[in-house]
Amino acid sequence: MATKLKSVDALTIGVGWTGGIIAAELTKAGLHVVGLERGDYRNTSPDFEVPQIHDELSYAVRLKLMQDAAVETVTFRNDSSQTALPLRYFVGFLPGNGLGGAGVHWNGTTWRFLPWDFETRSKTIARYGASMLLPDCTSQDWGITYAELEPFFDRFEYQAGISGKAGNIKGTLQHGGNPFEGPRSRDYPNPPMKVTYQGSLFRDAAAKLGYHPFNMPSANVTRPYTNPDGATFGACVYCGYCERFACEMFAKSSPQLAVIPVAQKTGRYDLRTGVNVVRINLDSARRRAVSVTYVDGAGREFEQPADMIFLTSFVFNNVRLMLVSGIGTPYDPKTRAGNVGRNYAYQANTGGTYFFENKTFNPFMGSGANGFVFDDFNGDNFDHHGLGFIGGADINVNPTGGRPIQNHPTPPGTPTWGAGWKEAVAKWYSRAFSVNAQGGVQSYRGNYLDLDPTYRDAFGLPLIRMTFDWGPYELKQSAYMADVLQKLGKAIGADHVATHPLKGKYTTQVYQSTHTTGGAIMGADPKSSVVNKYLQSWDVPNLFVVGASAFPQNAGYNPTGTVGALAYHTSDAVIKRYVKKPGPLVG
Amino acid sequence: MADEIKRREFVAIVSLLGATLATGCSSTAPSSSTGASAAPSNSAQPNKALTEPEAYTFLTPPEQAFIEAACDRIIPADPPGPAASAAGVPYYIDGQLAGAWGNGARMYRQGPWQAGTPQQGYQLALTPAQLYRTAMRAVDAHCTKKYNGNFSGLTSAQQDEVLHGLEQGTIDLDTVPSATFFALLLENTIEGYFADPLYGGNRDKAGWKMIGFPGVAAVYTNLIDQNYGQPYIVPPVSISDVQQGLAQDDMDPKHVALVRPLHRRAVGTKGR
Repeated sequence: MATKLKSVDALTIGVGWTGGIIAAELTKAGLHVVGLERGDYRNTSPDFEVPQIHDELSYAVRLKLMQDAAVETVTFRNDSSQTALPLRYFVGFLPGNGLGGAGVHWNGTTWRFLPWDFETRSKTIARYGASMLLPDCTSQDWGITYAELEPFFDRFEYQAGISGKAGNIKGTLQHGGNPFEGPRSRDYPNPPMKVTYQGSLFRDAAAKLGYHPFNMPSANVTRPYTNPDGATFGACVYCGYCERFACEMFAKSSPQLAVIPVAQKTGRYDLRTGVNVVRINLDSARRRAVSVTYVDGAGREFEQPADMIFLTSFVFNNVRLMLVSGIGTPYDPKTRAGNVGRNYAYQANTGGTYFFENKTFNPFMGSGANGFVFDDFNGDNFDHHGLGFIGGADINVNPTGGRPIQNHPTPPGTPTWGAGWKEAVAKWYSRAFSVNAQGGVQSYRGNYLDLDPTYRDAFGLPLIRMTFDWGPYELKQSAYMADVLQKLGKAIGADHVATHPLKGKYTTQVYQSTHTTGGAIMGADPKSSVVNKYLQSWDVPNLFVVGASAFPQNAGYNPTGTVGALAYHTSDAVIKRYVKKPGPLVG
Repeated sequence: MADEIKRREFVAIVSLLGATLATGCSSTAPSSSTGASAAPSNSAQPNKALTEPEAYTFLTPPEQAFIEAACDRIIPADPPGPAASAAGVPYYIDGQLAGAWGNGARMYRQGPWQAGTPQQGYQLALTPAQLYRTAMRAVDAHCTKKYNGNFSGLTSAQQDEVLHGLEQGTIDLDTVPSATFFALLLENTIEGYFADPLYGGNRDKAGWKMIGFPGVAAVYTNLIDQNYGQPYIVPPVSISDVQQGLAQDDMDPKHVALVRPLHRRAVGTKGR
C-alpha cells in the first residue's frame, strides 16, 4: 500500500536538464516543486574530482555514469518482422542515470536547430514538390517555428553559459559565425573556444573549398561566468575528459551548475534522489494526472500528488511511462493509428579519419566541444534536387581528448593485432584526427517505440522496445557526406583518408550517438502528435512531456540546445498562462 | 556565493597540485591550496620502493599460461613498447574477470535467451568470466586435437594461426562463438595496455609512454592553441601518482608532473 504524500504544485519525473530547468523556473515563480530522480545525488565536489574522474576504463569503457542495463535496458529489432531482444549491455547509445542525467557526461555541443528543421515537411514540399517525400516518410512540421523559439534559445544559452560566435544577429551576418543559422537576438554570452591545430587545418581547408567554417558552439565555458540567476561557472582547461566523464572544473555546463542550485536557493524545491517512478495515476475520466507512484531504495511505495506533472526523463522513459500509465493511444505501424511511440529517430553519423605522415598533433588536449564546423551541407542549406534525400549534416572536427583505450586510430589495411598493429598505433596516435558529418534522421512509418511484450525491468515494468533501421534518406545522405569528407581530407593534405559511410542495417553494436529522439512528438494537430507546442499532452492537459521525445524527426545537430529552448518555452507558458487558467494551452 | 567561488579556485588549484587531494585536505583547504610544493604531509613516501607481489585470483594455472601467451601474440615484444605480459596485461584481465564486470554487473541477465542478429549484439547467458573459462577450455581442446598440445605450448606461428581462426570464427568452440571470445580478448588486452596502471596493466605506464599520452590530469589552456605541430611530451601521470603525492604541478606548462620517475607500482594500486 502506497503512502500518500501531501500534494504539491508541480513535480518532475527525472532531474536532468529539462527537470532542472522546469524546477528553477517554477520555484522562482513561487511554486513548490518536487524533483524525483531515480539515480544518485551527485555534485562536482566531491563526486567529480580529480584524479579519479580521469579514469578512462571506469568512465568511458565501463560506463560508470550511465544507465545500469541490469536494472533497465532497451529491447531492439531492426524491423517488426523480427523478435526484439534486450541489449545486454549499452554500446551503441548510452542513456544517462543519476542527478543531472546525460547533462553530466555530455560533450557540450549546443546548437539551435535551423529554421528549416522546424518546418521540414512544408518547406520540402514548397521547394521540391510533394514527390520529394517518400510515402513511408512521416517527418512533419513541429507546430512551432524557429522565430517563436528564438527567445528561449537565447535563455538557454545565457543560463548555461554557452561559448560561441554569432553568425546572424537580427538578420545581419557576422563575420566568422555561421551564416546559415537563424537570426539571433544577440551574441553568445561567452567567447568561442580556443582553436586546436586540427581545427585550424579544418577551418583553412574548408574556407579554401568555399565553405563557411565557424567555431562549434560549446557548453565548455570559456571564462569564469555568472548566469542571470547567479549560478557560477569556472573556465574550461581543455583537459580532454568531457565525453562520458563529469567535469571537475565547474566548467562544463550541467544542470548541477546552471539550474538545480537556482531551484534549491528558493527554498521551494524538494529534490528526492534514489526514487523510481513506476506509474502516473490518472483520474477516472482519464483527463487529469493526479499523482505519480514511486518506489524508494527500501522498496516502499509512495504516491505523490501534484497539480502539474512534468515528464522530464530521457526519451525512452518519457514514452515508456506514458504507455505504462495508459496515457494516449499507442502507435500501430500497420494501421498508423495512435501517436505515442511514433516517429522514433536518431542521428546518422558519417565518420572520417585523416592520417598525416609529417604532422604532429597532441590529441589528448581538447574538450567536448572545441571544434570547427561548417553547415553548408546541413538542413536545406544546399540544393537537394536529384540527390534522393532531404536534410543534411553538420560537418565538424572536434578533438575531444586522446584517451587511448578508445582513441588509437590506424589507417585502413592495418592488422587488427600483432606487431604490425602495435607499430601502427604508436606511429599514428599523434599523426591523425577524426572528422564527422553529424546527419539528421527523418522519421518513417516503421521506426517506433512501444512496450516489449516479454522483457521487464527490475521493477517489473515492461522494457521499451525500439524498432529502428536506416531509411533510404540516411543511407544516401551518408554516402554524400563521405564524399565531402574525402574532398576535405585531400584539401587538408592528409596522406590517408578513411571514411565510414553508413551501410546496411542500423546496428546497436558500435557507438554511434546517444541522440535518440521522438515517440512523444509535438505538433499543431492532436491527430498527428502527442503534445502541443508547449509540450502539453493533448489527452491529459496537466501533463507536460519535455525532452527530445518531442522532436518529430531529428536534425543534423546535437539536440541539447533545442531541448533546453523547448523546456524554457514550456515553463514560460506554464507560469504566464497555465497557472492562472489551468487547461489546454492550444485549441 | 563567495564561499563557493573560493571553493572553485581551490579545486582549480588542486587539479594542478593534484597531490593534495589524497591528504584529507578538504577540511583545511586554505593551507593546502597555498602550499607551493605538492609534497604530501602524511600519506605517501615517494622515494620508498613500495611493493606488493602480483598474484592471480581468477585464472587457474593453465588459464594463466593461456592468457599470457595469447596477450603476447596480440601485443608482442616488438618495439616500440613491451609485450602485453611485461606490461601486466594478464593481471589486468584476471582482475577484471574476478571483479564486478567479469561477473556480469551492469549486464541485463533475464531470459528468455535466444540467438539474435549481429545488430542485437551479445545474447549469451554467460558472464564474461564464464565466457572466458568456457572458451579457453574449448580452445585448448582444439589445440590438443590439432597440434597435440595446449595453446600456450604452441609455436608463435601456430598460436597466430589459432588466433586468426578464432577472430574469423572458423574454429568451432561449441557453446561460445569463437569470434565473440576473440573480440573480447582483444578488447580486454588493449584495455589492459592503456588503462590506468591502478588496474594492474599498463605497468610503468608503458602503454602511455609508447604513444605519448600524458595520463590523468592537466591544464592545457595555454598550450592548446600554441606551437601548432609541436609534440608535447611529458612523463605520464597516473591516478595513484596523484593520490600518493608523487606528482606535482610544474606550473609552466601546467602539466601535473612526476616528482621523480617511478619504477615500482605503489601499494594498493592493483585494482579490481
